[in-house]
Amino acid sequence: MDLNPIWLTLKLAGITTVLLLAIGLPVAWWLSKGRSVFKVILEAIITMPLVLPPSVLGFYLLLAFSPQHGVGKWLLDTFNIQFVFSFQGLVLASMIYSMPFMIGPIKSALQQLPVSLSQASYSLGKTKWQTFLKVLLPNIRQSLLTAVVLTFAHTLGEFGVVLMIGGNIPNITRVASIAVYDSVEQMDYHSANVYSFILFAITFVMVTGVFVFNKYQLKSPLE
Amino acid sequence: MISINIEKRLKAYHGQQVLKIARQFEPGSITKIYGPSGAGKTTFLKVIAGFTHPENGNITVDGVTWLDTASKINLPPQKRMAGFVFQDYALFPNMTVHEHLAYATSDKEWIEKLLAIGKLETLTSHKPQFLSGGQQQRLAILRALAIKPELLLMDEPFSALDPEMKVSLIDNLKIIFKEAGTTVLIVSHNPQELENLADDELFIL
Repeated sequence: MDLNPIWLTLKLAGITTVLLLAIGLPVAWWLSKGRSVFKVILEAIITMPLVLPPSVLGFYLLLAFSPQHGVGKWLLDTFNIQFVFSFQGLVLASMIYSMPFMIGPIKSALQQLPVSLSQASYSLGKTKWQTFLKVLLPNIRQSLLTAVVLTFAHTLGEFGVVLMIGGNIPNITRVASIAVYDSVEQMDYHSANVYSFILFAITFVMVTGVFVFNKYQLKSPLE
Repeated sequence: MISINIEKRLKAYHGQQVLKIARQFEPGSITKIYGPSGAGKTTFLKVIAGFTHPENGNITVDGVTWLDTASKINLPPQKRMAGFVFQDYALFPNMTVHEHLAYATSDKEWIEKLLAIGKLETLTSHKPQFLSGGQQQRLAILRALAIKPELLLMDEPFSALDPEMKVSLIDNLKIIFKEAGTTVLIVSHNPQELENLADDELFIL
């Protein structure tokens, strides 16, 4: 029984989540402050993977990063980076595909905080960065956890976009969801069952954990 | 000396109105600000603190220009550091009583003194959600005082306090303001409660 697809999936989900958190936090903060046409358009683009068929997204990424022409060729010639049929490509595709799951909850939570919290912090002489770290971030920790878990869990379950840009290369792009499909194709129901059960169990534990944590937080006595 | 001359458009239920105030405040003076709801009392304080900006005007505090729309000078709230007591308290849900004050100042003696003035010494490890309305309001006042501001802006700061606590707190605040020479502007719907505290007044219509 080859468990590499499981490790590869966890690695992909972990890297995607960490990178998206680093990018998503400042983007969500910026989006939460004020409105402009540019912000509305950007937000729409970030949200699109929620409704766009994954195969469509994967197809366009495949075209965009094809090593034969355009950006893909330039990246390969200049930096020796190839996004098509490689693990880096999976990470990039996963980041784009899971972006709304990271940015959405964080942005909504920041928007719901009263503006007077930031103002109170500024009046004490604190910078925007100090205010973000010490006041805003701790007060959205439930949403932050939700965003991280949703992003991780969503990446675990990616199929279409991963298949399009990564294919099915063992130890490189053959993640668990593809291994399930591949096993069923080969009538290997035992392997398909093991992969599926592991994914199911991980997702169940994570999502249940978030619900329990958030409920506990709401009922928390004096901390 | 604080010199304020501002003009700001306000959105009102019956259309737009203009908040227009030209006034000077003596250093160390305590001014009560009152007027009908929607007249712009809170907006006036927020303009001074730098949270919102007027269309026209200037604000000078002790010779330093905080705002001058003509020459596009506009100091951010962090540089103005006017103490601000918010009507909704604006307490930080993640911080305890002590952490609120420690976030504002590292002066431990001052923190102890403030806790005693606000009678919150026994509640230092409590977060705002476990404080009563009056305790939250006192914490909001103490937090604003923690930075020892030269100018203190208070928006309905005593509305949730019981009469006994109000008298005691006002007596203590009077001493602190006098010792520090703090200039104070207090918005109140109930100007009578400030009769023993304020020495000046501003009516906004």
